[in-house]
Amino acid sequence: MAIIEIEQLTKNYRVYRKKEGLLASVRGLVHRQYQSVPAVRGVDLQVEQGQFVAFLGPNGAGKTTTLKLLSGVIHPTTGTARVMGYVPWKRSIAYRRRFALVMGQKNQLWWDLPAQESFRLHQKIYQIDHRQFQKTLNELTDLLELGPLLGQPVRELSLGERMRMELVAALLHSPEVLFLDEPTIGLDVVAQHNIQEFLRHYQQLRKITILLTSHYMKDVAALCKRVVIIANGQIMYDGSLSDIINRFGGHKVVTFQLNGDRMPDLSQFGQVLESIVPRVKLRIDRQNVTTTLSHVLAKYTVEDVAVEDPPLEQVIADIFSTASENSREPA
Amino acid sequence: MIAIASSAGLWWTILRTSLEERLAYRADFALGTLMRFLPIVTQILLWKAIFEAAGEKEIAGFQYKDMVAYYLIVMISRALSSMPTLASSITLQIRNGDIKKFLIQPVDMIGFLLLMRVAWKLVYYIVAIGPFALVFYLCRGFFDGWPDAATMLAFITSLAMAFLLGFFLEVTIGMIGFWFLEVSSLLFIYMVLNFLLSGHMFPLALLPDSIEPWVRALPLQFLAGFPTEVFLGNVTGEAMLRGLWTQFMWVVFFLATSRIAYHYGVKRYSAFGG
Repeated sequence: MAIIEIEQLTKNYRVYRKKEGLLASVRGLVHRQYQSVPAVRGVDLQVEQGQFVAFLGPNGAGKTTTLKLLSGVIHPTTGTARVMGYVPWKRSIAYRRRFALVMGQKNQLWWDLPAQESFRLHQKIYQIDHRQFQKTLNELTDLLELGPLLGQPVRELSLGERMRMELVAALLHSPEVLFLDEPTIGLDVVAQHNIQEFLRHYQQLRKITILLTSHYMKDVAALCKRVVIIANGQIMYDGSLSDIINRFGGHKVVTFQLNGDRMPDLSQFGQVLESIVPRVKLRIDRQNVTTTLSHVLAKYTVEDVAVEDPPLEQVIADIFSTASENSREPA
Repeated sequence: MIAIASSAGLWWTILRTSLEERLAYRADFALGTLMRFLPIVTQILLWKAIFEAAGEKEIAGFQYKDMVAYYLIVMISRALSSMPTLASSITLQIRNGDIKKFLIQPVDMIGFLLLMRVAWKLVYYIVAIGPFALVFYLCRGFFDGWPDAATMLAFITSLAMAFLLGFFLEVTIGMIGFWFLEVSSLLFIYMVLNFLLSGHMFPLALLPDSIEPWVRALPLQFLAGFPTEVFLGNVTGEAMLRGLWTQFMWVVFFLATSRIAYHYGVKRYSAFGG
């Protein structure tokens, strides 16, 4: 049975539209124009228990809004959602005990106190048995290598250390569902890697359900088998990472290494991506690859040839820009 | 029973954590506490000058000695009922999204903030008790001795309610942040009215007869003037009991208002700011 069920979820924000200039500001004192901006539009989604799902999308796509809806922070405009059987925005105490939300740009720990004080408070807030609390805390601080830092005020920790502390705070009550919003934002490569490793290990160990939003493809590739691409508040793709290329990568990248120091014009076969004597890289539509290969091989002396899928980042960027163009077209 | 013990454990931990947090800001705290005592000197000198200039022994039933005694007790009431940065910090949390932690954790935000305030006040009094004792010892000549036990009990009850009233009133103002981006102007108006009409600046008995009943109909006097008048024996018997009851009703009113505002505010909340 699905642990997260979302049906036709829609969230419109009411946004004040201010015109430019001082006069407009003065007018705004008496009369304001508001606009309804859709952030999430009719999203349907089902997530099974134990899945690690990534939400990919450009800024403003609706990823974070969806997480906020699922964690009950905001109310939807229309639609329904159930997480572990609870309607999130009813914000029942029972529900709040069973999930956690970590936002990469928000701090839940007490800034001027050592993290262990916040953890102790969490123990009481979530009513965690003392022995269980100590066991979980030791396990998490060992995994995240945080032991010596527990007594240091949070404000004195590095961004990476702070993020790891945030994860400990979020996991102390052993949530069954974890929402992660950009958990590696602003971190260096090593810190990103550490967090990815931890999340992968923890998810496999506890079999919890995780929904992750991220801009970093590396996060997603390292952690999630299932990817949901969201753009303009709508789901554009829901499936495995590898299938994205098959479905959306409508072309291949073909590299020819030619014999000789003169480069013939190959633009008739496809878009030239790179041309450095004696090598030329072409973007060729998937269905034309075989014909193009036979033509080029027949016409020129080719020393080597490589046919590759386009980079994943490129395919996803193409999906985002297509979605963005579609949204700009008049209805 | 287990639920009560568990809640008590939670509230105690919130209180303890808040105490530790307050003690982390040592310098700011010590300075803030000591600076509160400076206005006493200026107020004593100011009232002395007013009485001398007026050439009267008594103004609206207050002698110079009574006025200083009033001011010293008002200082205690104000130290309990004033809530520095409470409303503004709530609106800031609404604006920048920090309020989310109260929405996702199984904890009541208003209860949490109340315990934080209790901790702040406790720390304040722990540090300020020495200077307070010294000031009252030096100014003992302005008082006619200690009030009787019943008056003292009424005074303490009234002080506790002044604290709760100040808290829920400011929380209610802070909750307006769910509807309006900025409440600093509103807070400023509240602070000015509070200063003038709560009995903080001068006893409300000094107001003209045509205005005084209107001002007394407001909840502000219960933040400063009323507890002081109870201590000084200016309000006694049935009037005192009626006053305590009205103060209690104002506490209940603002408790309910803050809760209702929170309930509808959260529904309206857009969680901008990440």
